[in-house]
Amino acid sequence: MLTRAAPATRIFLQALTPSETHGFFVRSVNGPGVVNHSLTSVSHRLLNRRQIAIVATPASKQRAAIRFRGRSFLATVLAPELPLAEWLAELDKLSKRSEGYFASRPVILDVTGLAITKRDFAELIAMLYEREIKVMGVEGADPSWLGFGMPPSVSGGKQTEILHKPSAEPPKQQQSFADRAIPSLLIETPVRSGQSIIFPQGDVTVVGSVASGAEIIAGNSIHIYGTLRGRAIAGSTGNAGARIFCQKFEAELIAIDGLYQTADDLDASLRGRPIQAWLANDKMNMAALA
Amino acid sequence: MSQVLVVTSGKGGVGKTTSTAAIGAALALSGQRVAVVDFDVGLRNLDLVMGAERRVVYDLINVVQGEAKLQQALIRDKRLDTLYVLPASQTRDKDALTEEGVTRVMEELRNHFDWVVCDSPAGIERGAMLAMRHADVAIVVTNPEVSSVRDSDRIIGMLDSKTVKAEKGEYMEKHLLLTRYDAARAERGQMLKVDDVLEILSIPLLGIIPESEAVLNASNVGCPVTLVDSDSAPARAYLDAARRLEGENIPMVVPSERRGFMSKLFGRRAA
Repeated sequence: MLTRAAPATRIFLQALTPSETHGFFVRSVNGPGVVNHSLTSVSHRLLNRRQIAIVATPASKQRAAIRFRGRSFLATVLAPELPLAEWLAELDKLSKRSEGYFASRPVILDVTGLAITKRDFAELIAMLYEREIKVMGVEGADPSWLGFGMPPSVSGGKQTEILHKPSAEPPKQQQSFADRAIPSLLIETPVRSGQSIIFPQGDVTVVGSVASGAEIIAGNSIHIYGTLRGRAIAGSTGNAGARIFCQKFEAELIAIDGLYQTADDLDASLRGRPIQAWLANDKMNMAALA
Repeated sequence: MSQVLVVTSGKGGVGKTTSTAAIGAALALSGQRVAVVDFDVGLRNLDLVMGAERRVVYDLINVVQGEAKLQQALIRDKRLDTLYVLPASQTRDKDALTEEGVTRVMEELRNHFDWVVCDSPAGIERGAMLAMRHADVAIVVTNPEVSSVRDSDRIIGMLDSKTVKAEKGEYMEKHLLLTRYDAARAERGQMLKVDDVLEILSIPLLGIIPESEAVLNASNVGCPVTLVDSDSAPARAYLDAARRLEGENIPMVVPSERRGFMSKLFGRRAA
């Protein structure tokens, strides 16, 4: 199981509230640890925090585990147009109509294909800052523009509708548990090598196999009615109650709520069998299904 | 009704070009008009395997960029008059292919031929994307080894998402061609078995091409194996594969070399 001599390695994404940071980082609580967050993908209209892999350096003494959590946020995307002066004037007009619209909103700046220089870009950021628009990430910018003190670069966003609710609307009544839909994603085709299914909203069910080199990341449980050869990462938003079920177990890696095990650590007797995996007391448990 | 067929794989060196030539020739043998198109710009091998390398004047890039007419670039095969080769350029760089140009050439080829067989470069880069983009049917060529199978899995995922057909929400017909298969070695566990490959990739099997000297001999003399040595085991496998591609129901067998009694006694080759 996961209690090895080296401290248990956890993968999580820590979500920090946008107001706190205007961005998000991987926060390490203590101790050294190499954090590779190259997989972190954040996006344009939907910020989609992904599972990241971390490699913890073996330490001589026991340390508290580092947790990273994933969370998705909606962000407004501003895509400036040339000439910038005109665009800013338009923006001013717009924000006059609904005052305070940008006050508490995370904003992603989309400068894809915009023919501007590094100086123009810095000016643009300053102008937005003057208007109290907090840019938490930039999409499509030349990497050289984004030095220290600039918002981080983001990419790979998913488009989504932004709902403009009139603020006068009374707060909605809490739905009872029975009425609330439990989101679930059903995939009826095999998940191929190189594909990555990310569904932080809930369960993922795959009718077919998950190939070696493919990954499924779910906010809740993962169900695979086929062979699991790739990676399954359940409870990615910090849900320790999530489980992983599969018909035939050949996985490269499984993780629940950040606790992970790779193929090498797994009980060889479970290979090729239908199994489920769950967490109990921060330990990975696996058992064959009858 | 013309069909565009792409022969693709993730890994290089699995036998795409050989298979393109062999299947193109097998389809042309039944009297259908076939064009084999080399998309592997920068390397250019198909014309060599088809024995047309000395007759190349214009190539795919010239046609795509509008410098030559399609009729000028198409080379008619010396052996079969319904078989044509559209070669790739070795001198130009692989970014010379434009998306609009390729779309136009593929439309034109569709008007003239029953089958357009595209030989894709290996990998997942732009050249491979352009080759598969307009295909109606795909043949995924795989060797019975894990790296080849995994890369094929990736390619199947791209066929399901990056082709015109997939983008329109239509089903992309895909077939698996297992090449360089050695039944004896598979039995000894030295390579993946057919069932293992099929289980991993879960697409229908089009044919199993046995490992054979005939394939190498054919490409050295510059003639598709289905034409030069049509009674050899790989040639029979390719001919069966071509018939399955046209919807015929032929039982799947792994052809073996037909050898006489004496050669069986004395002709043992070193493994």
